[in-house]
Amino acid sequence: MAVYEHTYKQYLGKLTPEWSRFLVIPRHAFRDVFKSKLFTAFFVVCFIPLLIEAILVYLHHNVNALAILKVDVRQLVPIDAFFFQTFVNLQGTFAFFVTLLVGPPLVARDLRNNALPLYLCRPFSRTEYVLGKMSVLLILLSAITWVPQLLLFLFQSYLEGASWFVDNLSIASAIFIGSVVWILLLALLSQAVSALVKWRVIASAALLGIFFIPSVFGEVTNQIFLTRWGNIISLGALIKNVTAGLFGTFVRASGHVTAWDGRVGREIILNEPPLWASWSALFVVCAICLALLSRKVKAYEVVK
Amino acid sequence: MALAEPVQEQASLKNPANFAPVIDLNDLCVKFGGRPILQNLRGELRGRAIGLLGPNGAGKTTLIHTLLGFHSPSSGTAHIFGQDITTDAKQIRSLVGYMPERDSYIAKMSAVRFVRLMAELSGLPSEAALERAHEALFYVGLGEARYRSLDTYSLGMKQLAKLAQAIVHGPRLIFLDEPTNGLDPPARQRMIRLVREIRDSGKANIVLSSHLLRDVEECCEEILILKDGRLAVYCNLEEERKSNRKFLLLETRGDQNKFAEAIGALGCEYAVTGEHRVKVVLQGGTEVRDIYRIASEYDVQIRRLSYKRDSLEDIFLKAMENGHGGL
Repeated sequence: MAVYEHTYKQYLGKLTPEWSRFLVIPRHAFRDVFKSKLFTAFFVVCFIPLLIEAILVYLHHNVNALAILKVDVRQLVPIDAFFFQTFVNLQGTFAFFVTLLVGPPLVARDLRNNALPLYLCRPFSRTEYVLGKMSVLLILLSAITWVPQLLLFLFQSYLEGASWFVDNLSIASAIFIGSVVWILLLALLSQAVSALVKWRVIASAALLGIFFIPSVFGEVTNQIFLTRWGNIISLGALIKNVTAGLFGTFVRASGHVTAWDGRVGREIILNEPPLWASWSALFVVCAICLALLSRKVKAYEVVK
Repeated sequence: MALAEPVQEQASLKNPANFAPVIDLNDLCVKFGGRPILQNLRGELRGRAIGLLGPNGAGKTTLIHTLLGFHSPSSGTAHIFGQDITTDAKQIRSLVGYMPERDSYIAKMSAVRFVRLMAELSGLPSEAALERAHEALFYVGLGEARYRSLDTYSLGMKQLAKLAQAIVHGPRLIFLDEPTNGLDPPARQRMIRLVREIRDSGKANIVLSSHLLRDVEECCEEILILKDGRLAVYCNLEEERKSNRKFLLLETRGDQNKFAEAIGALGCEYAVTGEHRVKVVLQGGTEVRDIYRIASEYDVQIRRLSYKRDSLEDIFLKAMENGHGGL
């Protein structure tokens, strides 16, 4: 089938390994994603908090710099689990906005243009397709969450010494697990919404709604019933609790209110849902997303 | 990146799959929600170009989808090059190319990127995929437009782009589902020419599904006619052509039923196809003068006599009239 020959020719060359073929999808998707200058600029902005984090870590260990800035080391935020947790949460917020920009069209565009049969008529399974589409987000979000955070953890360990590294290995695992759970949830949710709603703008709005509408309902439930169990339907609160649990900063009693019965006031301690409940809720959300993807990602849908 | 075994080895002549029929249907049944769509399809197809014919809703596309593994058979199975569609779906898909009936493409992509992506998904390394994408697009006649976005393509160009993605990885079997749909006559001619070129290259078998008899007749050697999900007719057009079986078409006036029965008494096959039309297949020893003699005996006028050959249209119409079971 050479250009000059104009004849049909079989391909007789070598093939790539099957396991690596899902990576073709993110490779092509990144070209589209970074075509947008606006997105590229936003992606660069996502690294600013990490830069600040790096500067703070550096300042803690550089007496000369502290002297020039006339800052006492005690005035700086201590580098501990809470420090890393704060930045993990902050980067998680950026990850959410990146997902809003990149996630919705990934599957929706293929469904709208009937492209799924073209993918699935090849030695390429539905699982590989979903994995490929999710990899677009997983790779992008990893680049702004756990990868730089772990590098900063190593930077801090290098400056502080090996004993700090050994004593705080739990922070590294919390950074990794907390970030991965969050980006996995974002990737699954955005793919499921993308598979359900074929239009990008509506898919983005739906994704935004999934995060904010249950949070509002949860908060209303909390206020009416004087509880914190309303947080069980708020994805933001769930992930916050899970991350706090991983960093060892989770406290169930997150507040208290005074309930008045006539003139008698009664102190009520507001307990967050236990960690197992938060984990279970996240698992249920992920399972629903997978079920939706399994139902929608098909070469052809049989209309009954 | 480590590379897997070459396709060449897979397609080696030592492979017994190469001697297996292209498609082997073994009582294949498909049901959607309890409703039978394909029923007990049976047969071995070995032609270089196989035509799937049938009216709309006959099950042509469902059969292709089932062979590609998009739908599971409710009972029975089928084999492609000796590989079972239920257990070896992935291996089968590495051997086939598919041009879907509906508009299918990836938006906001140039044709060359689209075809390259499809080649890479089929397992071609990136550079080879790019090279083949250019070649495939030149081959189908989109060479000059290959950097244009697919969204800007006309219907005919989209059809050609779909063909390019179906052949870019050099499959051994190509499923073409209504490839000439919506094409103007020159574009249709070009598509038919390409299909015939691929067929004549001998490097790929083709399954062409269409409800346009002319397309199938121009390209295919074997024909499967489906009706209501059943196999109405299997016909080897190539053998039909080789056997050169002709019939006489008579236009008559008079008692043509008795006349036809008398011809039948001579041992000839006959069919009364209209009020004044009789078809006769002459058997050995019977000649045209015998027909005239019988016409004279029964006082039947022969107004016109012509030699004809069963066209695909005749075969198709008969299949539609006969219902199940064939000619």
